[in-house]
Amino acid sequence: MDTFLMFVKAFLVGGGICLVGQIIINYTHLTNGKILVLFLIAGAILEGFGLYSKLVDFAGAGASVPISGFGCALVKGAVKAAKQDGIYGALTGGLAACATGISIAIVAGYLVAVIFRPRTKKK
Amino acid sequence: MEVTREITKDNYKSYVFEKMPKSSHWKNMFWAFLIGGIICSIGQAFIELYSLWFNDQDASVLASGTLVFIAALLTGFGVYDNIGRFAGAGSTIPITGFSNAVVSPALEFRAEGYIYGVGAKMFLVAGPVIVNGVTISVIVALLTLVFGG
Repeated sequence: MDTFLMFVKAFLVGGGICLVGQIIINYTHLTNGKILVLFLIAGAILEGFGLYSKLVDFAGAGASVPISGFGCALVKGAVKAAKQDGIYGALTGGLAACATGISIAIVAGYLVAVIFRPRTKKK
Repeated sequence: MEVTREITKDNYKSYVFEKMPKSSHWKNMFWAFLIGGIICSIGQAFIELYSLWFNDQDASVLASGTLVFIAALLTGFGVYDNIGRFAGAGSTIPITGFSNAVVSPALEFRAEGYIYGVGAKMFLVAGPVIVNGVTISVIVALLTLVFGG
């Protein structure tokens, strides 16, 4: 039952974050890249005040899967490492925490570019 | 009758807004919510699966990694861009949208070679994301050090 509740929360919070993004797109016509950066910064700043982690604890993937969760993970990793190793930690912690996602994206991207043929986008 | 207005740099943008179709706003928002929610639920399913073997933190990171990989494959098959056409922010904002933003230009610019085509264009969108993210994370961490968090 707990597991089921987590799914409901992940769906509602994750969907909600995307809904906010769509409303912003509808009214400002920002491009995808700008929306990604906007939400990343929002997540990072919220985590700077320790708020976004609470949302992740509450909604699980609903908060960690959107790109704002990526920003949160960067800041969380950097702050945690900084408390341990000082300035060295502040410089390494963020990227270390997100290395999995970035590496998979780069390697998968490279392989896909080698294996697949580009498709003409249907409009 | 509409009086022809003088188009200046300032009012051009609002003029374009007026002419854009607006009826689809509610539909856009519905699809963004639904697809975004579904992608996060799939992420939650991977978290539940991985937490059988890993701790919570690692399970969450691996779940996001799995989504990134799946989205990269779907982009290769040309499926992800078709989802994106109606899902809007629902497919952009989840980490899968980041993956799509890496893979899509990599694939598209392959003709320009593996160094300046794939290698460089891969970071068209991912670059700004990583640059901004890393900068903020370092600044916040340094502030924490200075003020003791």
